[in-house]
Amino acid sequence: MYPAPFEYYRAETAQEATELLSKHVGAKILAGGHSLVPAMKYRVAAPSALVDIGRLNLNYITAAEGVLKIGALSTHATVASSDVVKHNCAIIAQGAAGIGDQMVRNRGTIGGSLAHSDPQADYPTLVTCVGATIKTSSGKSYNADTFFKDMLTTALEENDIITEITMPVYGSGTGGFYYKIPHPASGYAVAGAAALVTVEAGICKRVSLVVGGATVNPVRAVEAEAYLVGKAPTSENIKAAAAMVAQVIKNPMGDGYASGAYRTHLAGVASERTLVEAVHRAA
Amino acid sequence: MGQWVSITVNGKNYTREVEPRTLLASFLREDLGLTGTNIGCDSSQCGACTIHMDGMAVKSCTVLAVQAHGTVITTIEGMAVNGKLHPVQQAFWDQHGLQCGFCTPGMIMSISYMLAQHPNASELEIRHQLEGNICRCTGYQNIVKAAMQARDELHHEHHQHMQEQH
Amino acid sequence: MAKLVGQPIKRVEDPRFIQGRGGYVTNITLPGMASVAIKRSPVAHARIVSIDASKAEALNGVIAVFTGKDLIDGGTGKLPCGWNVPNIKVPDRWAIQPVGDKVRHVGDAVAAVVAESPYIAQDALDLIEVQYEELPAVIGAKSAASNKTLVHDSVADNITYTWPLGDHAAVEQALAESDTVVTLDLTNQRLIPNAMETRAAVAQWNRYTEEMTLWTTSQNPHPIRLLLSAFTLGIPENKLRVISPDVGGGFGSKIFHYPEEIIVPWIARKIDRPCKWVATRSEASVTDSQGRDHVSTAKLGLKNDGTITGLFVETHADMGAYISTFAPLIPTAFYVCLLSGLYKIPSIYCNVVATMTNTVPVDAYRGAGRPEAAYLVERLMDLACRKLKMDPIAFRRHNFIKPSEFPYQTPVAMMYDSGNYDGLFDKAIASSGYHELIAKRDQARKEGKIAGVGIAGCIEASGPAPSKVAGALGSAVGFWESAVIRMHPTGKATLFTGAHSHGQGHETAFAQIISDELGIPMADVEVVHGDTGKVPFGMGTYGSRSLSVGGSAIVKAAEKVRTKMIKIAAHQLEAAVEDIVFDQSTGKAYVKGSPAKSKGTFDMTFAAYTAHNLPDGLEPGLEENSFYDPANFTFPNSCHIAYVEIDSGTGRVDLQQYCAVDDVGNVVNPMIVEGQITGGIAQGIGQALYEYGAYDSDGQPQSATFMDYAMPRADCFPMIHTDRTVTPSPHNPLGVKGAGEMGTIAATVTAANAVMDALAPMNISHLDMPLTPEKIWSAINKK
Repeated sequence: MYPAPFEYYRAETAQEATELLSKHVGAKILAGGHSLVPAMKYRVAAPSALVDIGRLNLNYITAAEGVLKIGALSTHATVASSDVVKHNCAIIAQGAAGIGDQMVRNRGTIGGSLAHSDPQADYPTLVTCVGATIKTSSGKSYNADTFFKDMLTTALEENDIITEITMPVYGSGTGGFYYKIPHPASGYAVAGAAALVTVEAGICKRVSLVVGGATVNPVRAVEAEAYLVGKAPTSENIKAAAAMVAQVIKNPMGDGYASGAYRTHLAGVASERTLVEAVHRAA
Repeated sequence: MGQWVSITVNGKNYTREVEPRTLLASFLREDLGLTGTNIGCDSSQCGACTIHMDGMAVKSCTVLAVQAHGTVITTIEGMAVNGKLHPVQQAFWDQHGLQCGFCTPGMIMSISYMLAQHPNASELEIRHQLEGNICRCTGYQNIVKAAMQARDELHHEHHQHMQEQH
Repeated sequence: MAKLVGQPIKRVEDPRFIQGRGGYVTNITLPGMASVAIKRSPVAHARIVSIDASKAEALNGVIAVFTGKDLIDGGTGKLPCGWNVPNIKVPDRWAIQPVGDKVRHVGDAVAAVVAESPYIAQDALDLIEVQYEELPAVIGAKSAASNKTLVHDSVADNITYTWPLGDHAAVEQALAESDTVVTLDLTNQRLIPNAMETRAAVAQWNRYTEEMTLWTTSQNPHPIRLLLSAFTLGIPENKLRVISPDVGGGFGSKIFHYPEEIIVPWIARKIDRPCKWVATRSEASVTDSQGRDHVSTAKLGLKNDGTITGLFVETHADMGAYISTFAPLIPTAFYVCLLSGLYKIPSIYCNVVATMTNTVPVDAYRGAGRPEAAYLVERLMDLACRKLKMDPIAFRRHNFIKPSEFPYQTPVAMMYDSGNYDGLFDKAIASSGYHELIAKRDQARKEGKIAGVGIAGCIEASGPAPSKVAGALGSAVGFWESAVIRMHPTGKATLFTGAHSHGQGHETAFAQIISDELGIPMADVEVVHGDTGKVPFGMGTYGSRSLSVGGSAIVKAAEKVRTKMIKIAAHQLEAAVEDIVFDQSTGKAYVKGSPAKSKGTFDMTFAAYTAHNLPDGLEPGLEENSFYDPANFTFPNSCHIAYVEIDSGTGRVDLQQYCAVDDVGNVVNPMIVEGQITGGIAQGIGQALYEYGAYDSDGQPQSATFMDYAMPRADCFPMIHTDRTVTPSPHNPLGVKGAGEMGTIAATVTAANAVMDALAPMNISHLDMPLTPEKIWSAINKK
């Protein structure tokens, strides 16, 4: 299994990358390559040229003034092991630690994963949950909630490059967790739920609950969120909230391993389990 | 059309012209003749092609050779030093951690990296961290035992090294 | 020197593998070598209307494109069937299907490209235009028999053969007279063997000597050479050398003769350049012969006291699109003949209906028929216990064949050699802490968990034998094995074995045997296998035969070596042959009572080659062979016990404990045996819980990559506890039984029984494998 021939350009700056992309029609961006290279080996993708952005200075993680900034070329391993991420937005580190396997995590990047927008990937669900902002080389900013448009489709414009992902930090009183039910072969999420819960005086103050894997893009469980806010995070309340998750699962995907109905059910299971753990971590 | 790459593999620098689509696994196997790195699948799942690139375990079937330009790579052929097996290699031998041997180089490269990251990995953690490597022969049991032996041996080496320094 | 047989000696082959020096076919590079790639059908069933390769041929770096007609016109023949059951219809199978013929499964070959690199070869595949006239796909082992569409016009009703065995009337009468009858409809799902090394072939034509060398990833190079010479390639055996070097796992899938073994050497000769083909994993998924795929109905007659009275089975076995080399053996003699399990069953009848479908051919996969039999029998035993409300162990013991009853003739042709099934179960119950597991399960259930304990007792017939019986059953080959021991002048030994190691550790185990037989250090023994240019005709490795058959040949050859050495020693010591003692622990020969004055290995071997001082009439040299034809199969048996808990929210099975006690007779290297058992168990559990080579109704494979086909990973298993009982096989010199497949045979049904025990409180009696989370969750929630 080998890719079809292509031209290769290595960009040193984002601007150079953009220029190369506009100059070579049909060119694609190469970051870690862990979504693109397999697709090219199967020849479901055969770009005429690749613009390698792997050497751009986008491998950084900082936190200041309540905002965590992750450079788009940060690998899953970097994010998972980053103390800055763990201290400021722990759910992202915890979720990143479960992507693929240790070798994949050493190459796959957050920007690449978000741009690829695989329905079974973990990052889209995670960044949507934390209310991240996706920034690009052309200066655009997208809210994660509206970034993912369809199967393998995002709001990203042609030749634009994701440069940075920012997200609000959270501290004590707020807990987050991502619960993934992986496919036994691919390791991708059959269903995954990310929750961020702020508990004050025994009451859920803010709740963010996003489920992925069951549908082409992650969806926010708005009814479940609304139900929990203002209530104590008891197991009964969490169970009742998780039972509402199915309402937001429209047109679930199904295959030989897991039907749409089962994935919808799993979205609820994952939601309940992730809420329990998020509440636990909020304490 | 050709692209020049300069890559250090097992301590030796190689400068070669490659087609951009050349996979790093192909480069190692075909261009450099380092056939210890095996290819067992085409979907980045099996891990037989695992190598260390700048100290990190990666699947060389999913990296283009051009992406490895300027990196320092270790393959299975570079693990034994002056004829002394790496503790993970030795443990695979001691624990009967291989049968057909095809997944073995990738397993050894994966586990040696894993133990560097998680020097105290428990049996369960080892099993979990091995999710990127498939073996069809052993049922993983003796691979996990080998990883545990190597973990303990590396601890022992580390302590000896510390004592020597004092 | 201490006896080495029975010792866990570390493997002598390992240093090369752990340092990346495994000598796999895919690592071979020859000067001027070209790359072959195969154009494969994307549809399951279609007539090939036309092939236009002009664009591919025009691509820079493409040497040639060949179609089926090129190969047929070029003298290649149809792939033969090596096991012809009565009245079988074997349809034509070509290496590449010619235009006008049909493709019959996704992956069927339609053209071959040879190019300067594998990259260019793949580019060329994309440029070959094939016009197909699509036909409806025939899918389903049972429904194929009533499908109006025929996979092959020559196979009416898509039934290639039927194979009834047993006394049907007696079974019907036994069932009618039973107190109760347990019925079970089950599917034993399709599996993909997935050895980690994909198949590969390298061929080199020598234009000067007109000799062909083929390196191929085979478990049995000699039978492959025979088939190539006699049927498919037409190069005579004395001009054809087949080498299977280090092979990266087989599990049965590398026994068979594959089209690429014809295509690659044919092209190499045609273009007069060395050629190489390596399967991608995606190709392997649609071309390696697959495993299992039965649809069965079974009825078990019982008396109220738990006595089994009779067993009726009807099985539809899916053969796929063509008859693979040994396919007809698997659901017949390797399946039906094992349906007696560990039990005295007065009457058994089974009818097998083998069907053709538009899927990849099915043949032996680890266990090969025997796991299917064990699964059916041991699922029935559990259902019988449930129906009779009997303890699963007490019920089984009640029906066991007792030690005093061996050799035991079953009603399905097999004559079991030896066994002690009560002793086996005693040990498994103790080793696993069975009663504690039951208590743990009951406690877990009280806590609202879904928990189960599975137990199974299984029989295997390993090392198919003897050859004349195999011939009577339809085999085109014998099942003996060869060994040549060449003693060199300096006392070193080379063993040439017809068995083939692709992970089994023969280089170690066989050297242990020779060391013990001849009293020389293991380090002085070189084991050579897998090369028809070096070793005598041998049958290769499958069916857990290498030690019981190949090992026995080694013992016999070593006996001959000793005999000749004794003659030499007697001559040198001026004594009668009868007075010479050969001390196998030292390799020294001396006159009885005078050990101090002895002749060592070197003395005897060197004398054999100088021939300066040999007894009159004794030929110089010291090289002996044996062709050992075993008297019978061996019958390993096992009791496995598993504990599972099931996540009620997701339906996911958590296998928490697993204990295996196996009787594989004597063992040569317990470390290797344990590795074989443990690895086999993992594959068995893989079938029970994860793996499924599914096709949709159009014949499209649903799990053709590792993204879909759930290969078990390290975190699917707990540490497996293994133990052994030993009842030596009485009919081979080592007293060994097969160890390669027992784990797989027993583990599938043990894991399945554990899951079904967990679901018993919900009145769920049976679910088909794989026992995936959704299947279990749906069953739990179906009310």
